[in-house]
Amino acid sequence: MWNIALRAKELSGCGIAGIIHRKGELIPGEMILKAICCQYERGNGLGAGFAAYGIYPELHEYYALHVMAQNKQALEKVEEFLQKHTFLNFQEPIPTKKVKTIKDPPLFKRYFVRPKFDEEEAEFCDITAEDDRMVQLVMEINEKIDGAYVISSGKNMGVFKGVGFPDEIAEFFRIDEYKAFIWTAHNRFPTNTPGWWGGAHPFTILDWSIVHNGEISSYGTNRRYLELFGYKCTLLTDTEVVAYILDLLIRKHGLPLELACKAMAPPFWMEIDEMPEEERELYTAIRILYGGAVLNGPFAILFAYNGGLVGLNDRVKLRPLVAASKGDLYFMASEEAAIRAICPDPERVWAPKAGEPVIVEMEEGVIPNQKSYLKPRPAEVKEDALRIGYLPPLLFSSK
Amino acid sequence: MATPQFASFFPDFYIERIWEKCIKCRRCVRECSYEAHIWDPKKKTLYEDHTKCVGCHRCEAMCPTKAIIIRRHPAEFREHALWTPWFIKNVYKQADQGGVLLTSTGCALPFKNYFDHLVLDACQVTNPPIDPLREPMELRTYIGPKPEALEIEEVDGKFRLKKKLPPMIKLEVPIMFAAMSYGAISLHVHQGLAKAARDLGTLYNTGEGGLHASLYEYGSNTIVQCASGRFGLHVDYLNAGVAIEIKIGQGAKPGIGGHLPGEKVTEEISKTRMIPVGSDAISPAPHHDIYSIEDLRGLIFALKEATEYKKLVFVKIAAVHNVAAIASGIVRAGADAVVIDGLKGGTGAAPTMFRDYIGIPIELAISAVDKRLREEGIRHRASIIASGGIRCSADVVKAIALGADAVYIGTAALIAVGCTMCQRCYTGKCPWGIATNNPELIKRLPPEVAYEKIYNLVKAWAHEIKEMLGAMGINSIESLKGNRDKLRAVGLTKEEMEILEVKHAGE
Repeated sequence: MWNIALRAKELSGCGIAGIIHRKGELIPGEMILKAICCQYERGNGLGAGFAAYGIYPELHEYYALHVMAQNKQALEKVEEFLQKHTFLNFQEPIPTKKVKTIKDPPLFKRYFVRPKFDEEEAEFCDITAEDDRMVQLVMEINEKIDGAYVISSGKNMGVFKGVGFPDEIAEFFRIDEYKAFIWTAHNRFPTNTPGWWGGAHPFTILDWSIVHNGEISSYGTNRRYLELFGYKCTLLTDTEVVAYILDLLIRKHGLPLELACKAMAPPFWMEIDEMPEEERELYTAIRILYGGAVLNGPFAILFAYNGGLVGLNDRVKLRPLVAASKGDLYFMASEEAAIRAICPDPERVWAPKAGEPVIVEMEEGVIPNQKSYLKPRPAEVKEDALRIGYLPPLLFSSK
Repeated sequence: MATPQFASFFPDFYIERIWEKCIKCRRCVRECSYEAHIWDPKKKTLYEDHTKCVGCHRCEAMCPTKAIIIRRHPAEFREHALWTPWFIKNVYKQADQGGVLLTSTGCALPFKNYFDHLVLDACQVTNPPIDPLREPMELRTYIGPKPEALEIEEVDGKFRLKKKLPPMIKLEVPIMFAAMSYGAISLHVHQGLAKAARDLGTLYNTGEGGLHASLYEYGSNTIVQCASGRFGLHVDYLNAGVAIEIKIGQGAKPGIGGHLPGEKVTEEISKTRMIPVGSDAISPAPHHDIYSIEDLRGLIFALKEATEYKKLVFVKIAAVHNVAAIASGIVRAGADAVVIDGLKGGTGAAPTMFRDYIGIPIELAISAVDKRLREEGIRHRASIIASGGIRCSADVVKAIALGADAVYIGTAALIAVGCTMCQRCYTGKCPWGIATNNPELIKRLPPEVAYEKIYNLVKAWAHEIKEMLGAMGINSIESLKGNRDKLRAVGLTKEEMEILEVKHAGE
C-alpha cells in the first residue's frame, strides 16, 4: 500500500491547531476537531492527524508505541522485535471505526513497553539511557521492518493520523472518545507526494510531536547534520527532521527551549551584531554550532511534549501563526478563526513575530512524567566533543 | 651547420598587422615583453617574429589604432586524430631542448567538468523564493573546528555561554583568495588582493613566498603559508595572519614542489623570501620534516605552539585518488581546515604533464571528503575549503552544496586583473604586469587597479550567490552546506551521481 518509492521530500501547505491547559485539566477531543475542521480549506484530504497528551494515565510509566502496519505479517515482525528488545506490559488494537470515505486503511495497534538492556548496558541504565534506547528501537523498526512504522512512541501520549480530511480521520480513530491536556492537529495539503498514512502529521520521536505547515528548504542540510548524530530520516518528509532536531538540541544537548528555537529560526547576523557582548557571543555560538539545525524556508510549527506546547515561525514569517489565551487555556493555530471557533472570547490574541517562539509550559507537578525545558542542562555528549578547538590540543580516537 | 630548431618553424600564433591602420607609433614594440614586435630603424618599419608571440593579446589591446589582430597561426598540419599539432610541437620542443615541458595555469584538457553537469533548484509556488533586495540574505561563514554542543548557564534570568568559543575565522563571503606567492605574482597584485580581502571581509593567502613588509597591516585578512621550501618563514610571519596553511600539495602539480627561477628573485623578493638575489627558490617535493601523517601532526602543533594556539592551521593537499582517506588523516592530525585543490587548480609554473594529467576533479573530491568526514563523525572538527577551477558564482554555490565550507579562487582573481590565460607565467615576462617582478612591467598594473577589479568581482559574485540562495528559498548560506537537494545532475553516469550524491534531473 505505501510501498510507493518516495524519492523526494514532501512539499506541502497545511493548517495546524493546538491547545494546552496549563493546570493539566483534560480537554475533550471535539474541541481540537472543531478548530482544525474550521481550517478545512487548508487541506486537500490527503492527510490529517492528532496528537493527544494524557490519554494513557494508567500506563504512564510505559512508552506507548502506536504502530501502523501494512499487514499482519509486518505486525508480527514488530511484535517479535518488541518481544526481544522490550518488556511488553500491554497491547491492544487501536480502536477504529469504519468510515465510508476511508478505503483500505492500514492496521493500527498500540504497545506499552519499556526497553530491555543487555547486561553490560544495564549498569548505565537511567532514564536518559532508556530514552536513547527507545529512540534506537524506533529507528530500527522504521528502517528495517518493511511495511511497519512506529507513528508515536512517547509516554502517556499518542498520535492518530492517516489519509483523509480531519473529520474523517477523527471519526476513524474515534477522537471524540479521548480527553487530553494537550492536543495538536493537522490538516494536510501535500503537493508532490502521494498521500500515504505515514506521511501525515504529527511526526514524533519519544514524546515530542510536531505538526508543521511549510516547506523546509534546508532539508538536505538538516538531514545530513542529523545523520552525524545517528538519526535516520526514514519517512522522507521535512517534518521528521524537526522532531529529531528538537530531540538532539533539547534532550541530548541540553539547550533551553528558547535557545533551541533560536537555533532553528536564528536571528539575523545584523541583529546579532547589535546585541550586547554576552548575548552576541551566545547567539554567534549558536549560529556557528547549529548551522546544520537551522530550519530554512517557510514554516509555522507547533510542537508538544509532556508538559508544554510551543509555536514557532520561520525567521521571516512566511507562514501564518496566531496565538491566544483564556485563563489556563492557550491556543495556537494557522488562523484566528480556528481559535475563535472554540474560544469566541479569548483574553488575548496575538500574532507571534518571525522566529519568536511562543512557549507555554504547564504548572509544575500537575501531570505524571512532567518535563520542563526552560532551563539549560549539561549536554549529554562525550567530554572531548565539547572541547574541540579549545586548548590544550586533544588526541581523539576513531569512532 | 647549426642544428635546426624544429619548434621555431611552426609558431602557435600569427600577428596580423593592418597596415592601413598602423601609424608606426611603436607602442606594440614597447608593450611586448617577448619581443615579438620589432622596429627596424633603417627601414623605419615594423616587423614581427611570430615564433615569439605567446598569444597574450597585450599589443592588440594597447594598439591605439587597433591595427593588430592576434590569431592562431593559420598554417596547418595534415589532419590526424591522434597526432594533433599540440603533440607534434611538444615533441619538437623536447627534441630541440631535451627538457621538461613547462606551462602555467590549471589543467587545459577537456576532462568532464562536473560543475557544468550540475543544475540548481529554485522555488515555485509551494515555497516562496526570497528576494535579497528586500530581505536579509546571509553569506557569513565561520572557518575552524566546532565543538559538538554548547555549555550554557543561566545568570540573572539570562542565558550565556559558560566559556567562549575557540578561535575561528569569520568570512563575510565564503570566497577566499588562493595561495599565490609574492614572486610568482607581483607585489601590486598582492597589495590589491590584501586590500580587497580586507574590504570584502575575507582572506587572501601569501603563498610560500613570505610576506612583504608593506602587507603586515592586512594581518587579520591574511593566511600565511608554510610550504616545503620554508621561504620567508619566521615567527613574526607566522603570527602575522589569522591562519597558517601548511602546503602539502597543489592541484596543478601534485607530488612536486615549486620553483621560482633566479631571474625572478629581485632585491625585494630576496628580502621577503630570505634567499640571495638571483638564486633559484626551489621547494622540495615533500616537506623534509613530514614523511608520515604523525609528522604532519608534529608540524601542525609546532606551528600552534609557536603562535600560542591563536592561529588556525590549514592543511592544503592536491585532490588525488585517495583524497578522502588523506583528508580524514589530516583532520585527525589536528588541522582546523582541509584545503583541497583539484585537478583544475592553477599555478605559475608546472610541468605540463603534471598540470594536465595528475589529480582528480574538485567536485568529486569535495563530495568524497565531506562524505568520509561525516561517516567518521569528524566533519565538525575541521572546515573544508575547495579550490581549483572555480570560474563563476554558480560554481561556488555548487561547491558548497557538495559539502565545502568555503572556496578559494586564484585564476579568476588574476583574470579579473587582466590575465588573458596565455599560460606563460613561468617566463616572468607577463606583459599584463601580473605574473612578473620586472619593475617596468609591474607598473602596468597599479595596486589600486588590482584592488578595484578583484573587489568588484567578488562583490558581484556575492550578489549572485544571494540571488541564487533566495531563489532556492533559503536566506542563509549554512542551509546550503552539503544540501544535495539543491543539485541535480544532467548527463552523468550512475557512478558519478553516486559519488556526488546527487540525483539526476527529473528524479
